[in-house]
Amino acid sequence: MKLKGWKDVKPGAVVTEAGSALKFKTGSWRAFKPKWIEENCIQCMFCWIYCPDMAVKAKDGKRAEFDYDYCKGCGICALECPGKKGNKAIVMEEEGK
Amino acid sequence: MPKIVAVTGNEAVAEAFRQVNPDVCAAYPITPSTDLMQRFASFVNNGKVKTEIILVESEHSAMSACIGASAAGGRVITATSSQGLALMWEELFIASGTRLPIVLGLVNRALSAPLNIHGDHSDGMGARDCGWIQLWSENAQEAYDNTIQAFRIAEHMDIRLPAMTCMDGFIISHSIERMEYLDDEVVKNFAGEFRTVNPLLDIEHPVSYGPLILPDYYMEFRRAHAEVMSKVPEVVLSVAKDFEKISGRKYSLFETYRLEDAEIAFVILNSAAGTSKDVIDEFRNKGVKAGLLKPRLYRPFPYEEVGEALKHLKAVCVLDRADAFGASYGPLYIDIAASLYPYKEKPTLINKIYGLGGRDYLPEHAELVLNELAEVAKTGRVKTFKEYIGVRE
Repeated sequence: MKLKGWKDVKPGAVVTEAGSALKFKTGSWRAFKPKWIEENCIQCMFCWIYCPDMAVKAKDGKRAEFDYDYCKGCGICALECPGKKGNKAIVMEEEGK
Repeated sequence: MPKIVAVTGNEAVAEAFRQVNPDVCAAYPITPSTDLMQRFASFVNNGKVKTEIILVESEHSAMSACIGASAAGGRVITATSSQGLALMWEELFIASGTRLPIVLGLVNRALSAPLNIHGDHSDGMGARDCGWIQLWSENAQEAYDNTIQAFRIAEHMDIRLPAMTCMDGFIISHSIERMEYLDDEVVKNFAGEFRTVNPLLDIEHPVSYGPLILPDYYMEFRRAHAEVMSKVPEVVLSVAKDFEKISGRKYSLFETYRLEDAEIAFVILNSAAGTSKDVIDEFRNKGVKAGLLKPRLYRPFPYEEVGEALKHLKAVCVLDRADAFGASYGPLYIDIAASLYPYKEKPTLINKIYGLGGRDYLPEHAELVLNELAEVAKTGRVKTFKEYIGVRE
């Protein structure tokens, strides 16, 4: 994308396009990546509720994959995950491993 | 018909605010501006204006509320002094960077420590580079006139920047002077209807204020802000022209007094300019060609115009009512020096720091400096470039 020059930026940096935060992919900030282990998932949807972004997706009322374009790797989902019989359904892994 | 009145500077600015009838005001009391806002609050309580006053717990919150109200789409005012302006500091940059045309009445007062409530320019000088427009005023009349014009300048569609009008604490804010009030209708028409730009309350067109701008764009926004600043002087002059039509009073970027044929001159802000003019008249009567330049639009500073107005002089003294610790010279001196730097032939420039914390600036002080300037002009020799006057050894 070609960056704009100073004559073309919006006065006061006011954003006039609704929902444009979607264009700002913040997933690159991540140092730890959550991994979903489906067999340990009880579909409690805690991760979906607790995610401070919208990086946990749901489809037909069920847990779907992470949206790594926006997941910053905060680890809240992994912390809240009750898992099944002591086995977490979300674990954090170091990026790039 | 304009009304001749005997009022204080604070009364005059409160009256200007009443006549403009802003939508929102958020302020926190601090001497010497308390009395200004107290008077304005009376107008609100007595139904003389439709302004909504927001009570806040600090000046930081006052400016935050002003920013919110301005972004929402309102015409917004506040007033403060000294520590109050200092506490607003981070918000001042947010107001200007977000291009919100808030008008702030600054009643100049010294900064702590030591604690002092009297007039000097340390507060306004501390905020001179925060992206706001600054208009400085010699007396109650100028404070009133500048306040009314500030709305038109700040809200101009090419500008949309916040503006502060400055007057000396106590010396002007609490002294009664003869001045003229314009008619309510005249001021109302002059200020005009407030025009909104991207108001938050326009829910049909949702907008976001205050996004994160990283290194890929931050510099472009700062460059754009500087460009808007460069358009301010032209707008100030055109608003002054319109103001002259309703008031008969002439304003420019700065005032010159007996400067054209002068050999020596003062550059001085606000109330002390009045005292200086009287002493200049006495020296003129004795055959000394003395003059004065009093900046009005201090930010953005009209460097080229000021340089042109001063370049022919032999010796100039810049009198600063604020010190700049460690900067060697006072803030006004540094700006005047920068104005004159491009010229090969330029006056010898000296700097006096005076009147800190409300210390009186007396005719004797002006006399001493004029005598020194006459000597510098004659011999070309300077004893001390920067000196404090009116201080005990």
